[in-house]
Amino acid sequence: MATEQIIFYIFAALTLASAFMVITAKNPVQAALSLVLTFFLSAGIWLILEAEFLAISLVLVYVGAVMVLFLFVVMMLDISIAQLRAGFIRYLPVGLLVAVFMAVLLVMAVGPAHFGLEQFAEPARHAADHSNVRELGRVLYTVYVYPFEIASVILLVAIIAAIALTHRRRPETKRQDPVEQIAVNRADRMRIVDMDSEIKK
Amino acid sequence: MPLSDYLIFSAILFSISVAGIFLNRKNVIIILMSIELMLLAVNTNFIAFSHYLGDVAGQVFVFFILTVAAAEAAIGLAILVVLFRNKRTINVEELDSLKG
Repeated sequence: MATEQIIFYIFAALTLASAFMVITAKNPVQAALSLVLTFFLSAGIWLILEAEFLAISLVLVYVGAVMVLFLFVVMMLDISIAQLRAGFIRYLPVGLLVAVFMAVLLVMAVGPAHFGLEQFAEPARHAADHSNVRELGRVLYTVYVYPFEIASVILLVAIIAAIALTHRRRPETKRQDPVEQIAVNRADRMRIVDMDSEIKK
Repeated sequence: MPLSDYLIFSAILFSISVAGIFLNRKNVIIILMSIELMLLAVNTNFIAFSHYLGDVAGQVFVFFILTVAAAEAAIGLAILVVLFRNKRTINVEELDSLKG
């Protein structure tokens, strides 16, 4: 067995184990941290598949950004864990049944009989000076340039939507209201009092 | 090393995340995490096929899926925060205002 294959099996087993920990974790923080581990190990598998740029962006985007967001949200929400896990045992049989059925069906469909070495021969490794980033960039900025632009618009929409959704107007904070400032007139601000002058004693 | 090893790996990962949705059907956060796991399984499939067919288009597709998934996670969690602020719960079974 090749070294690469052994490394793949180690990574695959650890990934599946940490994915299992995500769905069975008692604490949402534990689940989020297991998810971080799953993404790290998957990035290793992507490296075996020579997708270096995507492996690094998986670590940067998911571990660096999305999972930190998940952890923040988990810690910000004051949730009772026991109440949320109440149905766990009740749904265990049906969940396991569906998962096992699905796994068996998918493995039958994608197993060695249809996607073995006879159908898909193992491709040759790229040379040491091969650049995956250059290869990806070359098609991304030519063939897929319009989808790339749309992707940037999607990210912009996500930024604006996330801020617009969570932005909260607190009644106690003081802020300027330009409409009210313009609409003000002299009578609102100043009152001229007609009175006799007084001598200070 | 056959392609089927990678495909079986991602099939099992996908099944685990389906089980996760069934088991944690009260907790929206874990459901969102399971969806992220599903996307990871699909991405692994794309990259495996891209490697074995020698076509970089699969990797470009994974790039776009990562972009959309990041946007989805950001908006999903923002909705979750607003939901918790208004309803004081993230239990799926208590979120039945639309039932009428």
